[in-house]
Amino acid sequence: MTPAPSLWRLFWVFLVMGATSIGGGVVGYLRSGLVTRERWLDDPAFVELLSISQTLPGLNATNMAILVGDRLRGARGAALAALGMCLPGASLMTAAAFVYGSGGDSPLAKAFLHGIAAGAVGLVTMVLVQLGAKTLRELADYVLAAATAVLVAFMGVPVPYALIGVGAVAIWWHGRRRQRNTGDPK
Amino acid sequence: MKQLAEIGGVFAYLSLLTVGGGMAAFPELKELTVDVHHWLTFPELLHYYSLGQLAPGPNMMMVASVGAHVAGIAGAAVALIAFLLPTGVLTFAVGRVWNRLADWPWRAPIQLGLGAVSVGLVLAGVIIMGRGALTNVVYVAIAAAVFGLLMLTKINPAWPIIASGAVGIVVHLFG
Repeated sequence: MTPAPSLWRLFWVFLVMGATSIGGGVVGYLRSGLVTRERWLDDPAFVELLSISQTLPGLNATNMAILVGDRLRGARGAALAALGMCLPGASLMTAAAFVYGSGGDSPLAKAFLHGIAAGAVGLVTMVLVQLGAKTLRELADYVLAAATAVLVAFMGVPVPYALIGVGAVAIWWHGRRRQRNTGDPK
Repeated sequence: MKQLAEIGGVFAYLSLLTVGGGMAAFPELKELTVDVHHWLTFPELLHYYSLGQLAPGPNMMMVASVGAHVAGIAGAAVALIAFLLPTGVLTFAVGRVWNRLADWPWRAPIQLGLGAVSVGLVLAGVIIMGRGALTNVVYVAIAAAVFGLLMLTKINPAWPIIASGAVGIVVHLFG
């Protein structure tokens, strides 16, 4: 692996990834940028940091930027990598709000936006199916996921209550199974 | 000033709900920005969310749009920073002690348990989005077509979403 990059170089590489990773799938862009092109990480290190990113709350892409930035250049590296990752998309979306404010009410713009909203539901459903296939392993997982969705989407239960309530049951369930399967004391 | 503080509070809170990705925060994002604070309408929120799918970078940069919609550039900056900072600090801290957590016996149960709940939150987000966006059979067909295409091919999602917008215009002009 190459020696640690300068802070400026770190910021620049994440800024380029933040500007070019269009259409989701940001993990693929991260891997080709960090492992293949810059060689800042090898594949096992990349997979390890990715699994931390996906376990913790927060966006996967910014979590990865923070972990990689910290590993290469400490706290300042983490901050600059996350900033670089977000700056292009956030600037575009800020600009979009101003454009929307001046022209979003025209019938054609509304028709276009209604169309892409429907398309986005298709995209998010695909993300849901992929996440579910990777995450849900047994019947209990499906029941817990369905219970969370029913509580939040149909019964109007605030998300924190659902998260803590169902989450506690889910953690207890998996902890109990683990203990029974391995005989491992807590 | 009071409004910026409110924006900061809302997005810092939403930040902590993004378990398993940004979509998990969508139900509460809708509740707080549309129903509680009336910063924007539900269709406007859906439009920003969908435009956000076309923007590069992390998938929830639309929080900057909501901030800008309410309070201009300052609102965008506050929303973005508030949305990134709480989980960012957590990730930074956990990243440094991760190796010590590796042998913690509750790590696997927490990971598996929260994984199932986060899938449920994303499902709730899809249902709530669908209620707003799939207003008639044409839009259901658009969503189904995009879903099928993305499941069966490796096409960049930006293209079918732009095509969905074009179909929306055609439906408006000739429907």
